[in-house]
Amino acid sequence: MKLMVCPLNGPRPVSEFAYGGEIRLSPDPDTCTDAEWSSYVFNRSGSPGVKYEWWCHIASGFWFIALRDTARDIVVETFPAEAARRGLPPVGAAADGGTRVPASERPP
Amino acid sequence: MFTHHESLKPAYDVVIIGAGGHGLASAYYLARDHGIRNIAVLEKGYIGGGNTGRNTTIIRSNYLTPEGVRFYDESVRLWQDLGEDFDLNLFYSTRGHYTLAHTDSAMRTMRWRAEVNKHFGVQSEAVDAAFVRRGIPGIDMSCGGHAPILGALFHAPGAIARHDAVAWGYGRGADRRGVEIHQQTEVTGIRVQGGRVVGVDTTRGSLATPRVLCAVAGFTPRILDMVNLKTPIYVHPLQAMVSEPVKAWLDPIIVSGSLHVYVSQSARGELVMGASLDPYELHQTRATLDFVEGLSSHMLDMFPFLSDVKVNRQWAGLSDMTPDFAPIMGVTPVEGFFLDAGWGTWGFKATPVCGKTMSHTVATGQNHPLIGGFTMDRFARYQLTGEKGAASVGH
Repeated sequence: MKLMVCPLNGPRPVSEFAYGGEIRLSPDPDTCTDAEWSSYVFNRSGSPGVKYEWWCHIASGFWFIALRDTARDIVVETFPAEAARRGLPPVGAAADGGTRVPASERPP
Repeated sequence: MFTHHESLKPAYDVVIIGAGGHGLASAYYLARDHGIRNIAVLEKGYIGGGNTGRNTTIIRSNYLTPEGVRFYDESVRLWQDLGEDFDLNLFYSTRGHYTLAHTDSAMRTMRWRAEVNKHFGVQSEAVDAAFVRRGIPGIDMSCGGHAPILGALFHAPGAIARHDAVAWGYGRGADRRGVEIHQQTEVTGIRVQGGRVVGVDTTRGSLATPRVLCAVAGFTPRILDMVNLKTPIYVHPLQAMVSEPVKAWLDPIIVSGSLHVYVSQSARGELVMGASLDPYELHQTRATLDFVEGLSSHMLDMFPFLSDVKVNRQWAGLSDMTPDFAPIMGVTPVEGFFLDAGWGTWGFKATPVCGKTMSHTVATGQNHPLIGGFTMDRFARYQLTGEKGAASVGH
């Protein structure tokens, strides 16, 4: 992986980006158990796989989402952060070339 | 050197996954000190081919927490007569270890580590710039003008050793005591019934066993998936490189956290150099030019006269990192499943003491007292063992 496609700035060298970790859903802190909360705080999906991750284009300070295969070091797709609010496609579907964010919502 | 076994037996008292230093040391001490010899060590590659053969071989005990200092100091003590124990030359070479400080806050951490170390009887001291200049011939004290050296933590027992020989020594010692080492044998599943381990499936057949020790470094999360355990472990590659051999000049081991460099000169004259982790999760041991460029430029900040020296080769290993930079060791919620993991970038030096403590833990079913600060359940209690300040470089 030497280039990454920033949804705002287009293809840029990977050295311009910072990795922000896998996207993880927080349990409701008011209702979850202590064990669920500590698991959320510390535990990670350590095995290789296709994962949604936070990345930041450092020069422009733009945070976005990348779907990346951590075994092959290949970026499957990148999305603007708003995509998270609309709901990201299931990892399997996106990795297989299934449902994607429409091209019209991606930068040229 | 090692007995070849045509096939797996139907049952073993203990199965160890991973024939690296940690796994083989555990097998060795189980056989030698605990009388358990019906052991299979399963290795998907070859002996010592993982992080045992990919680290930069530095041995030290100048850690930050009481748990860490006691643990690593016991390891340094065990290293001393290991070669004699194995009847094998480990090229164990005590060099002295400098952790350079380029900022006031780094000096503060050095003083902190020195005081904790001295409290536990470990030789460490915070030293000034003049001491560093005398101890490291040829170093540019200004580091190219942008990171002047203010002082260092000097740790006289710091040493290097030949990493392959460590795996071979433990492996041969275990082999001679009846332990079976099966290379090219990948674990594909771990059978658990009623919350307890009953067997292991491999690419060469299945076997029954009541106890499994997992010592597989960067592959730990994949094994943990087989027993449905979650941990904070995350995997990043760590790269290293060596130069062509040059005339012996650098006796001590030099570490600079700010410049992200650690370097020593091997008995062959090569400079063995490492840096920080690659900056994102990846389960590959590919090498990058970015790494060589970055590390070389920082090497030249310290030693500008090396500009004509060539890099011979580079490689990477998979580091199983933890949030507090301390390992995860001992019993787990799955009865009979023992973990020796989270060894990130700091595992080689601990090889002997890991073998000692994990063999005790596997034999008795109780965590060895020295690993009390490293248990898996410390995260749920929010009682972390913060060793990040003692990591060689800021990862």
